[in-house]
Amino acid sequence: MPFDENISFDNGIGGGQEVPSNGTSSVARVVPAIEFRDVKLAFDEQVVLDGISFTVRRGETKIVLGGSGSGKSTIINLILGLIKPDAGNILVDGEDITGFDDQELMRVRRKIGMVFQEGALFDSLSVYENVAYRLAEEGVDEDEIEHEVRRMLQFVGLEDAIEKMPVELSGGMRRRVGIARALVGNPSIVLFDEPTAGLDPPTARTICELAIKLRDLEDVSSIFVTHEMNNLDYLSSEYAIVDEKGYVHFESEGDRLCLVNTGVIMLRDGCIIFSGKDEQLRAANDPYIHRFIRGK
Amino acid sequence: MNLISRFILELQGIGMLLGRMLRGLRKQPRYFGEIVMQLDRIGVGSLGIVILTGFFTGGVLILQAYPTLRYYGAQSSAGQGVATTLIRELGPVLTALMVAGRVGSSISAELGSMVVSQQIDAMRALGTSPVRKLVSPRVIALILALPLLTVASDIFGLLGGGIIANQIYGLDASVYTSSVRAGVDIDDLIGGIIKPLIFGLIIGIISCYKGLSTTGGTVGVGRSTTNAVVLASISVIIADFFLSKMLQGLFNSTLF
Repeated sequence: MPFDENISFDNGIGGGQEVPSNGTSSVARVVPAIEFRDVKLAFDEQVVLDGISFTVRRGETKIVLGGSGSGKSTIINLILGLIKPDAGNILVDGEDITGFDDQELMRVRRKIGMVFQEGALFDSLSVYENVAYRLAEEGVDEDEIEHEVRRMLQFVGLEDAIEKMPVELSGGMRRRVGIARALVGNPSIVLFDEPTAGLDPPTARTICELAIKLRDLEDVSSIFVTHEMNNLDYLSSEYAIVDEKGYVHFESEGDRLCLVNTGVIMLRDGCIIFSGKDEQLRAANDPYIHRFIRGK
Repeated sequence: MNLISRFILELQGIGMLLGRMLRGLRKQPRYFGEIVMQLDRIGVGSLGIVILTGFFTGGVLILQAYPTLRYYGAQSSAGQGVATTLIRELGPVLTALMVAGRVGSSISAELGSMVVSQQIDAMRALGTSPVRKLVSPRVIALILALPLLTVASDIFGLLGGGIIANQIYGLDASVYTSSVRAGVDIDDLIGGIIKPLIFGLIIGIISCYKGLSTTGGTVGVGRSTTNAVVLASISVIIADFFLSKMLQGLFNSTLF
C-alpha cells in the first residue's frame, strides 16, 4: 500500500526527514514526551508500583515487558490520569499531571492516543463512528471528519470495513480499528496496552508494523506494553522506510542502520528490574529475565 | 466490611456521582441529542408495559372494592376510590417500579458491560466525560419521562376501572366519571407529578452508579444489574413514604 503523502513524517532514523508531524520545535523536542519520577502506588496493602522512574523521549518507543500483575497496564492508566499515584510525579510533554483535575486531564488526554487490549470499541457505534468519535466530540466539520476517518482507516488497512459494526469484525480488525481511533487528531503520544494479546502471529505482526510505522514515519512517542517476546523482536530490530514510489518497507537493523529510538524496561512486582536496549536485555544475567525471554 | 459501612460507602458513591452530574450540567458540551434518544428508549419504550400495568391495576381495584362498596350502598363512589388511589400512590409507585425493572436494569447492564470491556476507559481516554455523556442524559430522560408515563398509567388505570365497573358490575359510565372527578383535586395531580420526578432521579442515579461501579467481568454485570433493580425499587418505596409525608405537610392535607 503506498504511503499517504498527506501523513507528514519525521522518521528520525536517517533519510527522508521532514517537518515533525506535530510541529514540535527543536527546544520542545528536548522535553521528554513522558516522564515518571519515583512513582508509587498501592491498592490497600498490595504494592502495585514501587518507586518507578523512566523517560520516554520524543519519537521513542518504550517497550514495557513484564508478567501478569507486574504493574504494566497500571503505568498506562496513570499516564491517562485514570488512576492517581500515591507518591511521585508523572509528566506529559513536560507538564506535571499528577495533581490535575478531570477538566485539565481531558486536555492532556486529547494529545494521547490509547490502544486497548481488546480494542474497546464502542459496540453501539459503527467503525466510522468509532474512529470519528474524538473529532465528532470536538465538533469538527463532517467533511473533515470523513476525510480524516478514511485516512486513518487506510493507514491501518481497513478502509473497506468503514460501514461495519464492531461485532462483525475479527479480533485483529478490532485492534486495528482501535489503533485508527487512537490516531485520529494526530496525537503525539500513543499508548499500546497489550495490543497483540490473543492474536494469531501474522495479525500480531501487522499490529507491530503499525507501531513501527508510527514510530518511524509519524514521529510518535509510544509506550508498548506487552509480555510477548515476538513483539520485542519486531519493534527493536526493524524499521520502516518509504521508497521513491511512496511504498512503505520494513527493514532489519544491521550494518546500515542501528535503531536508537526504541528502549525496553522490564517490570517485576512493581519495580523496574531492567532498563536499556534489547541487546542488553538479552545479555542480562538476571535469572528472572532469562526465564522470561526463553520461557524456561 | 460490615453492612452499615457498605451502605454508607454506597450512599457516598451515589451522592458523589449526583454531584459530578450536577456540576457537569453547567459545562459544555451538552448532549441534547443523547437526551432525546434516551427519552425515546426510556419513555416511548416503556409506554406499553406502563399502560398495561395501569389498566389492569385500575381494573383490579374496582374488582376488589366494588362488592364492599355495594354492601354499604356506596357503589357510586367507586370511581373516587380508584382515582384517589391511582393518582396519589399506585400510579407513581407502580410506574416507577416497572421502569426500575425495565430501564434501571438496562442502564446498569449497558454501563456495566461498557466498564468491563474498557469502553468507559476508552471514552475517558478520548477526552469525553462518561458522566456528562452517559449519566446525565439517562437521568434527565428518566426525570422527564417518568411523570409522563405516570400520567399515561393513571389515565389507563381510570379507564380500566371504568370498563370493569361498567361491564362486570353494570355501573353507569356517567356515574363513574363524575365520581372520578369528585375524587381528584389539584393537590392530587401536583403530588402525582412531583413524586415521579423524584423517582426518576432515584432510578437514574442508582442504575448509573451500579453500572459504572461494576467489577468482576460478566458475572459482575449480572450482579450490578440485579443490585440496581433491587436498590432502585426499595429506594422508590421508601422515598414514596417520605414524599407522601412531605406533601401532606405541603398541602396541609391529611389525605396525602
